[in-house]
Amino acid sequence: MSDSVEMRRWIGARAGVWRGLVDSVQTMRRDRHASIDQALGALESYRGLARDLATARRVAPDSRTAAGLESLYGQLHALIHRRPRGGFAALLTLLRFDIPAAARELRGRIFGMAALLSVSALAGWWLVSTFPTLISVFASEDMIEKVEQGHLWTEGIINIMPSSLLSIGILANNIMVSILAFCAGIFFGLGTLFLIINNGLMLGAAFAFVYQHKLAGALFEFIIAHGLVELSVICIAGAMGIALGESIIRPAAGTRRDSFEACAHRIAPLLLLCAALLVGCGFIEGFVSPDPIFPAASRVIIGVSYFLVMIGLMSGRLFRRPSA
Amino acid sequence: MTDERISVQSVTGVDLTLRLAGPGTRSYAFIIDWHFRLLLSAAWVLVAVFLLNFKLTFRSQEALFSILPAAAIYFLYHPVLELAMGGRTPGKRMAGVRIVDRQGGTPNTVALLIRNVFRLIDALPTLYVLGLTTCILSVHRVRVGDLAAGTLLVFDDAVAQKSLARIESLAQSSQLPLDILELADQILERWDALQPDSRTAIARSLLARVAPAHTDELASMSDLRLRSALQKLLVAPAAPGSHV
Repeated sequence: MSDSVEMRRWIGARAGVWRGLVDSVQTMRRDRHASIDQALGALESYRGLARDLATARRVAPDSRTAAGLESLYGQLHALIHRRPRGGFAALLTLLRFDIPAAARELRGRIFGMAALLSVSALAGWWLVSTFPTLISVFASEDMIEKVEQGHLWTEGIINIMPSSLLSIGILANNIMVSILAFCAGIFFGLGTLFLIINNGLMLGAAFAFVYQHKLAGALFEFIIAHGLVELSVICIAGAMGIALGESIIRPAAGTRRDSFEACAHRIAPLLLLCAALLVGCGFIEGFVSPDPIFPAASRVIIGVSYFLVMIGLMSGRLFRRPSA
Repeated sequence: MTDERISVQSVTGVDLTLRLAGPGTRSYAFIIDWHFRLLLSAAWVLVAVFLLNFKLTFRSQEALFSILPAAAIYFLYHPVLELAMGGRTPGKRMAGVRIVDRQGGTPNTVALLIRNVFRLIDALPTLYVLGLTTCILSVHRVRVGDLAAGTLLVFDDAVAQKSLARIESLAQSSQLPLDILELADQILERWDALQPDSRTAIARSLLARVAPAHTDELASMSDLRLRSALQKLLVAPAAPGSHV
């Protein structure tokens, strides 16, 4: 009945409904607080539109009417399947359940990454201790020159740049490194392994070099306030990257794509926590670490306390509901 | 243009058909967005420096108000707008595409964040080469970020949807076949965007279908008269073979 009287009559009867639906879909997309009646009305319209679309596909498959109905059906489908905005409740769910669940799943891999980072650091230490000239591979000329003159490269940094800007620069860089460690897992985990080993080697090499110039204590004092959490976060991001790589190498369920997607969704909440922790690290590194006003003891207290907060967040204990 | 589609099951029993956007449309949307975020960032810097008199240096505290907001606009443009606009950005809207999850629904916050985090990988080694390559090679024309997030970029045919509002009047005002009416409507809608040679050729071909006896007359009609003849088709009842 491509152009029959019935077709025109059908369009005449339904076009008003479609026109109304186009408007109400736009309204519902803007306003996220639909009443129950509105929601039920949308469901009823969805069913009606499905019938119209089936008819249009059959009688005029390549027509603009069918294309318009397809588009409207798609938008209504997305609208009906839209998840509610969680707000504070969603944040609590994230902190109470999602992050601890991801942390539990990755526990073994986190320890594995910590071990790899430690072994790499030892290797870096051994390399620079045995072949001192190798430090030029790991550190810039400026850094080497300053240490050879008996100063850490971090000394006086707050005289060059305000602490606030220094913090933001540091936290942006650290977040980028963590995200890269996570994302590089897509290369079957090899990208992540490279990043962790590289960071470990640099850390060990830097410590060996400053130890040779009797500055190891000063460097330890500089990094203790922020370093505990910062290095832990690198290990966590590495563990997440390895989990991603593993999901591709040996998919747990379904296809490799399904396994990769499911793994990314399961562990992504932990990446949010890592980013938040690194913001804190950035501020500590910008305001506390380079400032000589803070004695070593207070730096240790800050570092250990922040580490305990991290453990509390990862285990979910900080936000656990008190038992009745 | 490739026209690749996927079907998504729906509770109504009528599958939802999604038309996948390819690398070309993706790039088009990205380039529009890139211009937007670059211009917005530059506008902020100009306002901060020339109107608010902030210094443009990292050695001053004032960089917090001059450089940092501009950097935030540039780097957070995609995640913030995609979250706020339910998988759309101004560039995607102009390119007629939107992000959906694999069930055709609006993607959730985590999916949109994962999608944006993976831009770091998609952008490797430079100019989104890896992302574009993945997009060309993958079945659903997706980049790595979409694979991780479980999202798709699909066409959002808003123009076709607008035609639903006109179909009623078209069906009532003319007795011509509906497919011809729809074609005439589309040609008129895109008249100014089409090349003059192309639009006259299309218009003559369509009018010849309506009035095959007047092909010679159509050949001598000007661009303006052809347009007017098409407009008459949409409003005047016409019997096949009648004068245009």
